[in-house]
Amino acid sequence: MTGITVDRVWKEYGDQIVLENLSFEIAPRAFVALVGASGCGKTTFLRMLLGQEVPSRGRILLDGVPLPPEPGPDRGVVFQRYSVFPHLTVLGNVLLGPELRANRLTGRSFGAARRVLVEQAMQMLAEVGLAGAEAKYPAQLSGGMQQRLALAQALMMRPRVLLLDEPFGALDPGIRAEIHALMKRLWHEVPMTVVMVTHDLREAFGLASRVIAFERPRDRPEERQRYGATLTKDIAIWPPRVAGGQTMYDTDTLARQDDLTFARAAAGTTR
Amino acid sequence: MRAINIRPSRGAALMLGCLPFALLILAYLVGSALRLADNPADKLLPSLTTLATSIDMLAFSVDRRTGDVLLWADTLASLSRLGLALAISTALALVIGMAAALLPIMRALLSPFVDFVSMVPPLALLPVLFIVMGLGEVSKVALIVIGIAPILIRDLTLTATALPREIIVKAETLSASTWLIGLRVVLPQVLPRLIDSLRLQLGPAFLFLIAAEAISADAGLGYRIFLVRRYLSMDVIFPYVAWITLLAVLMDIGLSLIRRRLFPWAEGAR
Repeated sequence: MTGITVDRVWKEYGDQIVLENLSFEIAPRAFVALVGASGCGKTTFLRMLLGQEVPSRGRILLDGVPLPPEPGPDRGVVFQRYSVFPHLTVLGNVLLGPELRANRLTGRSFGAARRVLVEQAMQMLAEVGLAGAEAKYPAQLSGGMQQRLALAQALMMRPRVLLLDEPFGALDPGIRAEIHALMKRLWHEVPMTVVMVTHDLREAFGLASRVIAFERPRDRPEERQRYGATLTKDIAIWPPRVAGGQTMYDTDTLARQDDLTFARAAAGTTR
Repeated sequence: MRAINIRPSRGAALMLGCLPFALLILAYLVGSALRLADNPADKLLPSLTTLATSIDMLAFSVDRRTGDVLLWADTLASLSRLGLALAISTALALVIGMAAALLPIMRALLSPFVDFVSMVPPLALLPVLFIVMGLGEVSKVALIVIGIAPILIRDLTLTATALPREIIVKAETLSASTWLIGLRVVLPQVLPRLIDSLRLQLGPAFLFLIAAEAISADAGLGYRIFLVRRYLSMDVIFPYVAWITLLAVLMDIGLSLIRRRLFPWAEGAR
């Protein structure tokens, strides 16, 4: 298992060079935070990992295999907005992925098959602290609850890579702290690599195992067109955070755990 | 207090809503009384008694020539034309609109053509339809379909393409195929708008129906109005117009109820 390999990747839109010559590796089970100024191409890079965009040059490998040029179920995603489906209930949102995977014609499960999926979905909802909200529509949820739902929905597919595009940027500080604790716990428990774009350095250093910064080395107005951003800083968090383990600095996460998930986390988790 | 901050109570709002109707009826009664006092044979604004007699004759007595109750026979003829046309238009909108919304290739193929066809004035095509398809039901239904289907198709395509891209990408990461994205993600989100769009097209649909019936039919609401207009039979025309309006209003309310019942989640979004 080799994680993600980024091999001499360029991204250009016409004459505009956005990203130039990115080459790095992401270890399996890493939690990478991508930071940088607005317009430095971090979201563009995430979209390339997602398959929503294709590199102009170079290639991206996932476990040694080139990424297909479209999104797929091995890479889950949570956007800042529009991550959940407004026309489905909370339960419907979480069920959707497994239902679609199992029923290629109707996209719906019935009877016993559905009951099994509903049970898994309810477990997942409890895991992210949404137990009791199954019948609500996303519009009836707060922003933090919607992002929890988006996480649950993505994790139902057991993705190898979870991509987060400023997922907590629009949340209040209190809510954000709660969902950070949840995110940390999910990373420890679920066997996945996480890549998160954020403009919040505290969030980046608080959650990630590695922080990568994109910057434009040449940023004079006349240079902006022809020179893109590239990787300028690559910081491994010390002491190292390891998925499934805890560093001495993480011991306070349990105390700050939001009460919805506290009991479960303290008693040992379902996974 | 500013005028924009003065809100009527529920009762007052109801009264205000009824006021224009009451004024219209009052104006009619006054106008009718004045004209009849001037000339008892006046046909333009018949008295309530004359209207009641006509309504009784149209809606509750069997016509001696045809053996039918005229109003019901006309309503049945018109509504079956309208219903068929609305059903065909909706089906066309779903098939063509969804194909154009989901598949860039189909969009490239269909959108310019649909945009072009939607600009053809349907009534200008009416003679062509009658000549090509004959004077029967087909040409009348075709006129309504040509009139409203392109608008429904365009509206559905616009609504579907205006959905955030994130929604589609998210569905792809949940293993959805193109078909499943259409079926379970895009379609349910455009149906409420399709119903609204259909409500807005009820007016034009009735317009085209009556235009077609006026020219050639042997039954129908529009046919009756244009038949009796030669005799200045306002006592028939006024009840028919009121009845057509009532039918349209009821269909509008019905569609609105269906929308609210089937898509409760869409209420908050509006």
